[in-house]
Amino acid sequence: MALVRSLEKVADTVWELPVTYKDGMRVPARIFATEQLIKEMDEAVFDQISNVATLPGITKYAMCMPDGHSGYGFPIGGVAAMDLKTGVISPGGIGFDINCGMRLVTTNLSWDEVKPHLTRLVDRLYQRVPAGVGSTGFVKLTRDEFRTVIEQGSRWCVRNGYGRPEDLELTEENGCIAGADAAAVSEQAISRGINQIGTLGSGNHYLEIQVAAPENVFDRKVAGQFGVTIPNQVVVMFHCGSRGFGHQVASDSLQIFLKVMESKYGIRILDRELASAPINSPEGQRYFSAMKCALNMSFANRQVILHRVREVFSEVFGRSAEDLGMHMVYDVAHNTAKLERHLVNGEERELLVHRKGATRAFGPGMPGLPERYRDTGQPVIIGGSMETGSYLLVGIPEGAQSFYSTAHGSGRTMSRTKARKLWRGQTLQKDMEARGIYVRTTSFSGLAEEAGDAYKSIDEVVTATELAGLSRRVVRFIPVGNVKG
Amino acid sequence: MTYRFIEEEATADIAFEAQGRDINELFLSAGDAVMNVMIDNLDAIEPHETRVIESENDALDLLLLELLQNLIYYKDAEQLLLRVADAQVSRLGDGWHLRAIARGERLDPARHLQRVDVKAVTLHNFRVEQLNGDWRAHVVLDI
Repeated sequence: MALVRSLEKVADTVWELPVTYKDGMRVPARIFATEQLIKEMDEAVFDQISNVATLPGITKYAMCMPDGHSGYGFPIGGVAAMDLKTGVISPGGIGFDINCGMRLVTTNLSWDEVKPHLTRLVDRLYQRVPAGVGSTGFVKLTRDEFRTVIEQGSRWCVRNGYGRPEDLELTEENGCIAGADAAAVSEQAISRGINQIGTLGSGNHYLEIQVAAPENVFDRKVAGQFGVTIPNQVVVMFHCGSRGFGHQVASDSLQIFLKVMESKYGIRILDRELASAPINSPEGQRYFSAMKCALNMSFANRQVILHRVREVFSEVFGRSAEDLGMHMVYDVAHNTAKLERHLVNGEERELLVHRKGATRAFGPGMPGLPERYRDTGQPVIIGGSMETGSYLLVGIPEGAQSFYSTAHGSGRTMSRTKARKLWRGQTLQKDMEARGIYVRTTSFSGLAEEAGDAYKSIDEVVTATELAGLSRRVVRFIPVGNVKG
Repeated sequence: MTYRFIEEEATADIAFEAQGRDINELFLSAGDAVMNVMIDNLDAIEPHETRVIESENDALDLLLLELLQNLIYYKDAEQLLLRVADAQVSRLGDGWHLRAIARGERLDPARHLQRVDVKAVTLHNFRVEQLNGDWRAHVVLDI
């Protein structure tokens, strides 16, 4: 694709659309990407990120990460920090899948030890972690119990036997964000989510067994601090969110915001998916409280999945999960809006940072990090396509330029509709097995849509985050087993 | 009653255009398009359960949005796969009223070929319009 008009190269991996690019832009838009990635970006990215730049209260820049691609409202990979007094909160800046995120878990097993059991492991994970359209989990709750879960997140899980206290320490916000109020959530949202705790979902959600080959450990010291210590160590990574519950929370608020946005608050937007309300308005605060419930539901969802993963490994290897070294590295969201303190023109300010398909990547010494990562920086988990691999990165001080945000995955280059015309799921599954990746899926057409070639190069995306100073690579993981929603 | 999925749009999600000879038929087409994103073999959905969906809205396009959101709601809340058998759109004061009858059954993984789950109907480029006598809707679904 030819570069869009007015796109200026600020540095090798930093591109800018000035405020003159589009009427109404309050700040410039900045895109972090190599030249290759920026040429691969669909034109909608530039349109959408410049729309974001028109939102009231946006601070410094509307930003797009190197894996950016066309979304709705915000592009996927969009980051916007809003001033608390003049700014807005926008569900479209978070995504319907609130707290879609990644969790990474170590084992003390090498690939040689796991290889003979791989098929059984993946088959059992496929049976024990439900995936696919409208899938339901094993945790049966009353509506009141579900309300407790969405206010307490992973803490509820650990108290009910689905995890260990150390899991909380290694989850963003300790698995429970403060200020979640179940009274702000609709009955419809509860009905959609109540049976879905412990389920993967569908689309690009997955549960994967991966290997850290020695040649793919780029920073041995930090890798060791994150728990990746032995050659060809096997780890488990999974990607999912707040399921139908979060989707309904976002849908509900969108309707409410559309009604009041212009008539009550005089906010004009260029795409209805950017529907917004002032952060401090009753509507904005109600959504913020409901959105935090979805954050907690998602933490609980991943916590229960972890419980199942530990059970399966324990059953297959005949040893306890503790004995198998199944410790969390970290759990981090990539669809959120959070209150954070950042330096803006030398002044520390509290901002509401929207990240949609972008990962928080705090550098060393920042508050909110687990004690054990205080000196290293935050682990950043980047999920790649099922055919190519994923990364563990670390947050760095230079990340201040992006409000400590980085990429979240490979980023798609091809629509799902096109991908399913190009590949057949059954053939892809056989091809992948021949290449050493054993996949189970609820949907062969869904599998075809997730083919590796429908995505950008994960290596190029990670290179861009390093060159741009957003985060630094620590380990690259190779997939060997995958449960696909 | 027709719809087509759009290859060139919505890299991460799924866009479609639905069509109907009248507004009621458009609502049926759009409902089937949403269900067809989730289930490959729509004909395998047996009409064992019925749900009546009624809503009112000032805007015609948001009336369609509500219908599609209801189909997604029943898929999660009751694991029901529903096809819209009848839709009656009428004027109500300055706004619009919808009464739709949707029929289907609980998802059975052995018979229903799953594709991908739909998270939500987005308002990105969402539109309902009359073009050359036909009614059309453009929809982007969050996947």
